[in-house]
Amino acid sequence: MTNETPVLEARDIVKELGKGAGKVMALKGVSLKLVPGELTLLMGPSGSGKTTLLSILGCILSPTSGEVRLAGHSTTGLGPEQLAELRRQHIGFIFQSYNLFPTLNAVENVRIALDVLGQKGYPAAARAEEVLREVGLGHRLQNFPSNLSGGEQQRVAVARAIAASPSIVLADEPTAALDSENGHAVMALLARIAKEQNRSVLAVTHDPRTLGYADRVVRIEDGKIVGEERRPEGVNSPEITDLTKKRRKANA
Amino acid sequence: MILTLAFRNLFHDRIRLAVTLVGILFSIVLVAVQLGLYLGSSRMITNMIEKTNSDLWITTFGAKSFEEGGILLTSGQRHQALATPGVKAVIPMVSAFAEWRKPGGGSTRVAVVGIDAEDGGLEPWNLIEGTWDDIRAPDAIAVDRSYLGDLGIQGIGDTAQIALGRVRVRALTEGIRSFTQSPYVFTPLQRARNLLNMDGEKGDKSTFFLVQLEPGANLETVRTALQERLEGTDVLTKAEFRDRSLAQWLFKTGAGIALIGGALLGILVGTVIVAQTLYSSTKDHINEFATLRALGSSGSYIHKVILAQAGLSAVIGYSLGMIIALLILYLSRNSPLPLVMTPGLAFSLFALTLFMCAISAVSAIMKVTKIDPATVFSR
Repeated sequence: MTNETPVLEARDIVKELGKGAGKVMALKGVSLKLVPGELTLLMGPSGSGKTTLLSILGCILSPTSGEVRLAGHSTTGLGPEQLAELRRQHIGFIFQSYNLFPTLNAVENVRIALDVLGQKGYPAAARAEEVLREVGLGHRLQNFPSNLSGGEQQRVAVARAIAASPSIVLADEPTAALDSENGHAVMALLARIAKEQNRSVLAVTHDPRTLGYADRVVRIEDGKIVGEERRPEGVNSPEITDLTKKRRKANA
Repeated sequence: MILTLAFRNLFHDRIRLAVTLVGILFSIVLVAVQLGLYLGSSRMITNMIEKTNSDLWITTFGAKSFEEGGILLTSGQRHQALATPGVKAVIPMVSAFAEWRKPGGGSTRVAVVGIDAEDGGLEPWNLIEGTWDDIRAPDAIAVDRSYLGDLGIQGIGDTAQIALGRVRVRALTEGIRSFTQSPYVFTPLQRARNLLNMDGEKGDKSTFFLVQLEPGANLETVRTALQERLEGTDVLTKAEFRDRSLAQWLFKTGAGIALIGGALLGILVGTVIVAQTLYSSTKDHINEFATLRALGSSGSYIHKVILAQAGLSAVIGYSLGMIIALLILYLSRNSPLPLVMTPGLAFSLFALTLFMCAISAVSAIMKVTKIDPATVFSR
């Protein structure tokens, strides 16, 4: 386990969903820390509570009990607008279905994440183009989602997630809708974001193809963390191992 | 980006946009026509009063309007008014309905207006043929060109009969229309009295006295003095008489209420159509709004997108609606009741359209207020 200060920490999270006879305990006392520079995978079967935990870590849902601390601030008792403020300041999201705006082109899809943050005009447009080039879409800036492949759409979503330089990137099944080649490309991109930009990346997945890119794998079942393993160097793909070494050297 | 997103959302579904615009357009045209008719009617009703050069009007007690003043004021009362301190002139005027017998047979009702132009109280304006001197000739009258057909005549030189007297058209005006649809017939004061069979005992009576004040005279003081001296009369300012005439023709007859009711109906229908289409548009884009919320946008950011959509709809719908309204206005210019559009009305209509669209956005805003950003993970 690393000794770095966690940028996001969840302690004893319990989440009950539904009411009355239909009430379900989706999370039963989950604790988790995310540190900068790491790509963590949250793996588990369907219905294990992965997405619920991701929603709570992303300040979209509030826990029934327990505490989430984001960048040193407790989220306990915060209202929807305060949680939204935390999200736009600290968190970038990547969704399984990309969730791009079909009426906006690639640059505009990225710019909108900056716009909600109050970054407007030429600097925002320049930043949007910069991150799209970073994810390899410099040649598709003006394309609308309907004219992009699934892999390209997910890369636009990645660019949108990192445009405002959040300390945390949360990804929900980022490879589920992609073929093998694009799935690997997106995971490599997320690993690069974690290493090169020293961000904390958490990806919820049940895709075994993603394992090679992870620094840490957390397994969840029936609302509880049932295992956590740190991937030893050499298990990862050579590219990721190399990136990890570089980051550690830079941090030393 | 708010405007960009609103614009793209709006133009994304062209059919729905068309429905929205038709709703606004229909509403604007209906309201513009109704209010245009209301303004046009008001202008017709008050035109004669507004055109007089007077500070006060003396009418018989309870006179309802310019056309329904009765012929009861006497020359004795006029002299009493003239003797009131602060009064410079008291100009007698006659106004009454009379029967117009057409030269080709048949008859219609006209409003005879008798006044001597040299008194400086009122003279027919917008003369397009003939002069006031021509009207001073024996039997001479002036009528509006737009009523020639209704009066059964062709133009200058034609003769007809009012009550018992023969008249000849010596001058034509343009655009002097009557709300009652009884054409105005202008003629000198005494000629009017003769036509209306007011010779003999009643030969010096009048419908109104137009009072002009001495420079520096206090209007309220003079008015009070006149009211005290002249029993059985009303002494009104021009504005008061105008309002009384408007109340009589527009509200007591129900015509104005029907026009305003039509305008309100237009606003209601427009609001419902725009609200319905904005709501369905918001519902269609609800996942995008949920994504925005998940990305950390504030509630007000999303509200601004919806309001911008409403605002864009308003601007486009208003522009199209005004084009059609102005076309109807142009086509109505020679009708018995021409529509009137003023810059003030055009601006008010624009403000009304924006307000209507903003109100329409409420249901859509209520919808997005309930968005659960967690839905972004369930797709």
